[in-house]
Amino acid sequence: MSVTAAENQNLTSAHTNSREQLVSVKNVSRYYGKNKAVDNISFDVHRGEVLGLLGPNGAGKSSTMQMLTGNLAPSNGQIEINTFDILDEPKEAKLSLGYLPEQPPIYKDLTINEFLAYCAKINRIARSHHQSAIKLAKQRCGLDKMGHRIIGNLSKGYQQRLGIAQAIIHSPAVIVLDEPTVGLDPRQIKEIRALIRELGNDHSIILSTHILPEVTATCDRVLIINKGKIVITESINGLQQRIQSSSLLVAFNSPPQIKDLAAFEGTVSVEEIDSGRFRLHHDPTIDPSEKIVIRSVENKWGLTEITPEKLSLEEIFLDITCSENDGDIANVDTNINPVED
Amino acid sequence: MILTLAHHELRNLFLSPLAWSILAIVQFIIAYLFLGQVDWYLQNQAQLKTMLNPPGLTELVVSPVFSNAAIILLLVIPLLTMRLIAEEKRNQTLALLLSAPVSMTEIVLGKYLGILGFVLINLFLITLMPFSLLTAGQLDIGMMSAGFIGLTLLLASFTATGVYMSTITTQPTIAAVSTFGLLLLLWVIDWAVNINTNKATEVTEYLSMLRHYQSLINGVFSSSDVIYYLIFISTFLVLSIRQLHADRLQH
Repeated sequence: MSVTAAENQNLTSAHTNSREQLVSVKNVSRYYGKNKAVDNISFDVHRGEVLGLLGPNGAGKSSTMQMLTGNLAPSNGQIEINTFDILDEPKEAKLSLGYLPEQPPIYKDLTINEFLAYCAKINRIARSHHQSAIKLAKQRCGLDKMGHRIIGNLSKGYQQRLGIAQAIIHSPAVIVLDEPTVGLDPRQIKEIRALIRELGNDHSIILSTHILPEVTATCDRVLIINKGKIVITESINGLQQRIQSSSLLVAFNSPPQIKDLAAFEGTVSVEEIDSGRFRLHHDPTIDPSEKIVIRSVENKWGLTEITPEKLSLEEIFLDITCSENDGDIANVDTNINPVED
Repeated sequence: MILTLAHHELRNLFLSPLAWSILAIVQFIIAYLFLGQVDWYLQNQAQLKTMLNPPGLTELVVSPVFSNAAIILLLVIPLLTMRLIAEEKRNQTLALLLSAPVSMTEIVLGKYLGILGFVLINLFLITLMPFSLLTAGQLDIGMMSAGFIGLTLLLASFTATGVYMSTITTQPTIAAVSTFGLLLLLWVIDWAVNINTNKATEVTEYLSMLRHYQSLINGVFSSSDVIYYLIFISTFLVLSIRQLHADRLQH
């Protein structure tokens, strides 16, 4: 039954098919009483992919993760980890699972070494590989020199790192991290993000976060959840494209008529912000700024400012999650398309 | 895997001063009662000699010690078992076990055996006391073994109850209080009925933990008493496993 870290690694390289599907979630819902915390969500995660779970507080991120890791039973739907159903074959499924909950599950009376040795045992790592597994986990999480410290005396940041160490000690195929960088200082955050990227090469990782830049820094794909529903699933590149400019801010000393501006190719609409300043929405594929500059010189409009406006991830996020409050995903801002699949 | 968990639990227990202080205090109290009993025996020895068929050392000293030990450990075991799962739920460390390849049965049995190990260490130290009498007199080993088996089964039942109570709450103190309450109730259950008319006496008599224990420490080894305890232990362990499963469903 025991699977060593090294064997697990071999398994990893044996399956050269990088699109191997490690996590499959089908139509999963979860009720707390009458309250629907997770509403019929489905998604897959492949090997070598880092999936970011994003959403406001109470969106159902943690519930989803608890269900993925067998800590919570779904009201209906099916979850498979590495082809094993989490409820029907929990042991097999959990062998390839590492989980860091919101609160790192650590015993404060133990030292780091003792705790990790216990984790190695309960995750069925072969006894002969214990030491190397513990060493690697400590090294990866920057705990090398802390082995003999009592966990209760460590700072929150170190406890968080230990939480990550216990999740990766058996080198599981699927790693689920609930807000992994909470409580860390900026340097540690950078290190942990790098670690997540590194692990993401041959494992699949699901992480939840509130911090939006973290998503761009670590994830390949993003799942935005609101009120238990998946609002968007999009690759990071796709998301970056959404962030691409689709409006221009222009200001003139002697402003032209609005209709003159609206006449530029690709312009969708023009609004006047205050006298002489306009916001010009345009088709993201056609950028009218060059023509505006040329025309401005020709007609002596006295162009003083021209700024492409980027929609930040925050704005997209707010847009999606707030418009969701009106109960209609389709009414999201024009440049955000709801999920197609 | 069960042994890994049991070992972890036992070790954890000895990391805190709780285990050591419980061992010390229980030892002290039982030793005090034991000495009192020996003293009483010595004072009445002359009188006993005049009797035709006098009760032996085992009956007069060992059985009362076992009987007192049961009551003292009835007070102590809820304190040992209260943290088992309740505290893990409260500190949210249960996720470590729930997301590891460990079944609910293994979790419950592992934790149960861990605490039981500690209880047996305690029991071993208690039985050493009557054995010291061998230096000065003779003991009825058969009767003593029956008492020892009785006490072991009784303490194993206490522990099983404690484990179950610890799974149904997130507050260790509530677990302790309810374990203690339930055990005490089962201890005295046939007292109240006897005062009134004898309705349902048979049922309450069967349920009473004291009654089954009493016959064992008196040297009557009856399989029905042993079966009572075994049923008792397995009922509470199965309930605990079911409770852990149910925890994932509700809320």
